[in-house]
Amino acid sequence: MISIQEYRFAESLDEALQLLDASRKNRVIGGGMWLRLGHASVKTAIDLSRLGLDRIEATEDEIAIGAMATLREVETAPCLRELFGGVLAESVSPIVGVQFRNMATVGASVYSRYGFSDLLTALLALDARVELRRAGTMALEDFLKNPPEKRDILTSVRVRRDGRRAAYRTFRRSATDFGVLNVCASISPEGDWRLSVGARPARAARCLEAEALLAAGDAAGAAKTASEKLRYGSNLRGSAEYRRALAEVLTLRCWDALKEGKA
Amino acid sequence: MKLNFELNGRKLEREIAPDETLLHLLRACGMHSVRGGCDTSNCGVCTVWVDDRPVLSCGYLAARVEGRRVTTLEGARAEAGELMNCLAAEGADQCGYCSPGFIMCALAMFRELGDPSDEEMRRYLAGNLCRCTGYESQMRALAKCAEGRRSK
Ligand SMILES: Cc1cc2nc3c(=O)[nH]c(=O)nc-3n(C[C@H](O)[C@H](O)[C@H](O)COP(=O)(O)OP(=O)(O)OC[C@H]3O[C@@H](n4cnc5c(N)ncnc54)[C@H](O)[C@@H]3O)c2cc1C
Ligand code: FES
Ligand code: FES
Repeated sequence: MISIQEYRFAESLDEALQLLDASRKNRVIGGGMWLRLGHASVKTAIDLSRLGLDRIEATEDEIAIGAMATLREVETAPCLRELFGGVLAESVSPIVGVQFRNMATVGASVYSRYGFSDLLTALLALDARVELRRAGTMALEDFLKNPPEKRDILTSVRVRRDGRRAAYRTFRRSATDFGVLNVCASISPEGDWRLSVGARPARAARCLEAEALLAAGDAAGAAKTASEKLRYGSNLRGSAEYRRALAEVLTLRCWDALKEGKA
Repeated sequence: MKLNFELNGRKLEREIAPDETLLHLLRACGMHSVRGGCDTSNCGVCTVWVDDRPVLSCGYLAARVEGRRVTTLEGARAEAGELMNCLAAEGADQCGYCSPGFIMCALAMFRELGDPSDEEMRRYLAGNLCRCTGYESQMRALAKCAEGRRSK
C-alpha cells in the first residue's frame, strides 16, 4: 500500500515541477492506479488534475493528447477513432475495464515506459513526440531509449498527422489481462513502414530490418526478421520462444489488415 | 485534510487521510453497497460514479473528489429499479457481491451508449468480474432490460 503524507493540487506546471524537485519522495499522481499497487512512501502527492492537461486536440498537423487525458478519453475521442486506422483507441480498449480506463492517464502510461504497454506499442509505430516540462520535446523513440536523467513532468504526447494507416494486434491469455505480445504496424502514404513490438516483455521497440522488408513487399521475411532480430524474454505470461512465434504471426496479421485496407 | 464533495446529491464535509481511498471513505459514510474485492483495480465490484463516470473506488484517492459529485447505488436506486428486477428474474445474482458494482457500470453504459448491442455490452462490462453466474444470466438480464427501455 502506498502512503501519502500530503496531497496537493498543483496550481501551475511550474509549481508542480518545484514540488517534484523539492524532495525525492514527492510524486506526481496521474490516475494513481499504478502507484497505489506499489509500496511507495510519498511525502507530497502532486495532483495535476486542475491544470487543463486532459484535452485531446486535433490541429491540421498533429494530434496533441494531454498528459491527464484518460485512456477512456483516448478510446472515445472522435478524432482518434478515425485517424491512423483508429489504432490508438484500439490499443487501449483491452486494458482492464471502462472504469479503469476512466482513471488511468496517458501521461503516466507514457512517462513510465512500461514494457507491457499497449499504448506505447501503438504510439511507437506512429510519428509521436513527447513534451516534457523541463527537457522539452523529443521523439518518443528517443525518450524510450534515453530518457532524461532528471525527473520530469510529461505534459503531452503529440502525433504527427502524416496520413499513416496503422493496424494493432495483441495476444492476451484472457480478457482484461496484460498482453503477452503487442504488435503495431503502420504505412505512410509514401510507402514508409514502421513496425513496433511491445510486451516482449521488454519495452516496445521498432525493428528497422523488418520495416525495410515490409516496404519491399516481403511480409513473410519481415515477420520472421521481427521474431529473430528483436530480443524476447520469458515471464509468467509466456516464454521467449512463444513470444517469437507470436511476433511472427501478429506481424503478418497487421500486414494483412493493412494490405486489405481493413485496418 | 478537509474534503468537500457531493455524495448522492448531498453536500458533505469530511476529514480524510491524504492516502485514503474513495472506497474506504464511502463505506465510512455508510454507503454499504460499495464493496471491496480484489483491491487491485481488477474486479469492478467497487464501481461508483465520479461526475457520472464509472470509476473503481478502490483505486481512486478520496482527496481527488474535492468539489466533485460521487454517486453510489444508494443514490441511483430509482434508475436501477428496472435492471435490478431483470437481474432477479434471470437469476443473475447468486451471492450478489458483484451486483452493486455491476449495476453501476451497466447504468453508466446505458447512459453512455443508449441502446448497445450484445457485443458492446460485453465490452463495456468486461471489467466487472462475477464468480457465480458465468455471465450468461447477466447478459440475458441486460438484454431484457434493454428491450424494456426500447419499448418505452
Ligand atoms: C491492474 C492493472 C492492469 C493493467 N493492465 C494494463 C494492460 O493490460 N495494458 C497496459 O498497457 N497497461 C496496463 N496497466 C497500466 C495502466 O494502463 C497505466 O499505464 C498505469 O496504471 C499508469 O497510469 P496511472 O495514470 O494510473 O499512473 P499513476 O499510478 O498515477 O503513475 C504512475 C507513475 O507515473 C508517474 N507520473 C504520472 N503522471 C505523470 C506525468 N504526467 N509526468 C511524469 N510522471 C508521471 C507517477 O509519479 C508514477 O511514478 C495496468 C495497470 C493496472 C494497475
Ligand atoms: S475492489 Fe476495486 S476493482 Fe476490485
Ligand atoms: S453473483 Fe456472486 S460474484 Fe457475482
